[in-house]
Amino acid sequence: MKRLVFLLPLLILVVVAGFFLVGFERDPRLIPSPMIDKPAPAFSLAGLRNGDGPVSNARFDGKVTLVNFFASWCVPCRVEHPLLMELARAGTVQIVGINYKDKPQDALGWLRQLGDPYTAIGADNDGRAAIDWGVYGVPESYLVDKQGRIRFKHVGPITEDVWRKDMQPMIKELSR
Amino acid sequence: MTRLALAVVLALLAASPAGAVMPNEVLKDPVLELRAREISKDLRCLVCQNQSIDDSDAPLARDLRVIVRERLAAGDSDGQVVKFLTDRYGDYVLLRPPVKATTIVLWTAPVALLLLALLAARSVLRRRPADAELAPAPLSDAERQRLSQILSKGGQA
Repeated sequence: MKRLVFLLPLLILVVVAGFFLVGFERDPRLIPSPMIDKPAPAFSLAGLRNGDGPVSNARFDGKVTLVNFFASWCVPCRVEHPLLMELARAGTVQIVGINYKDKPQDALGWLRQLGDPYTAIGADNDGRAAIDWGVYGVPESYLVDKQGRIRFKHVGPITEDVWRKDMQPMIKELSR
Repeated sequence: MTRLALAVVLALLAASPAGAVMPNEVLKDPVLELRAREISKDLRCLVCQNQSIDDSDAPLARDLRVIVRERLAAGDSDGQVVKFLTDRYGDYVLLRPPVKATTIVLWTAPVALLLLALLAARSVLRRRPADAELAPAPLSDAERQRLSQILSKGGQA
């Protein structure tokens, strides 16, 4: 029994090392969102494109929606763009874009050059809608279910991996 | 000369660091502005992680500073302002984690470890023999004789 006391420091070390091992694997830039499973924040923005009209939650139209915050000045947005194009072409999910702190002509030029996957695009010039959604840097993407609740959030460009492992199964489940 | 030095020191003291707050963000009401500064100091700049929004030049930090001031000007209490931000960004925006079920280990661990260390120290100290026990045993008769022999020879063994 007395011998066991000497093992105690080792035990504590193992526990602490365990915490570090898990902690170092995590990306400190990823902040857990308190918005998951809550109704998507109400927003109402001017449309970016001609004929977009005002863009608000009504645009989700009771469908599963991928809400994508992007900007033409954002380099990682360029990385995820081909994937969004592919999704739009395949009609997998409707994509509502929110153009974050951008100049309309820049954003429109960007879409002309790279293609336009969005069903509707709202222009969030002052970034207030983004703050209501808890966005802290573009690109960020959210999955909204048929009831208009946020079910998933991804920070940074949507990679093939994230798409296959997280988003695709989630969309399938939500579309049922 | 001393007067000049004093003036310089006073001027430096008066120019206390204003963080990253831009003059055009400052509220007209000094009381509200002071509250805004105090709240901002405990709010994390989400882009730069371990800076407060009061210290950060990041555009998002600026936006959040402006929102803090807007809410205060609209009559929100300090708690309501903080809640506005935690509703959107979670407890992560708070530089000081709140005490709740999920953080109780974080808050109690230092105290618990200190208590543990004190307990360990006590048991170690108790087990140590008293000074009397540590003193060497007295010399036996044979040793005493030998010692006086050595000493009487004047150290020439």
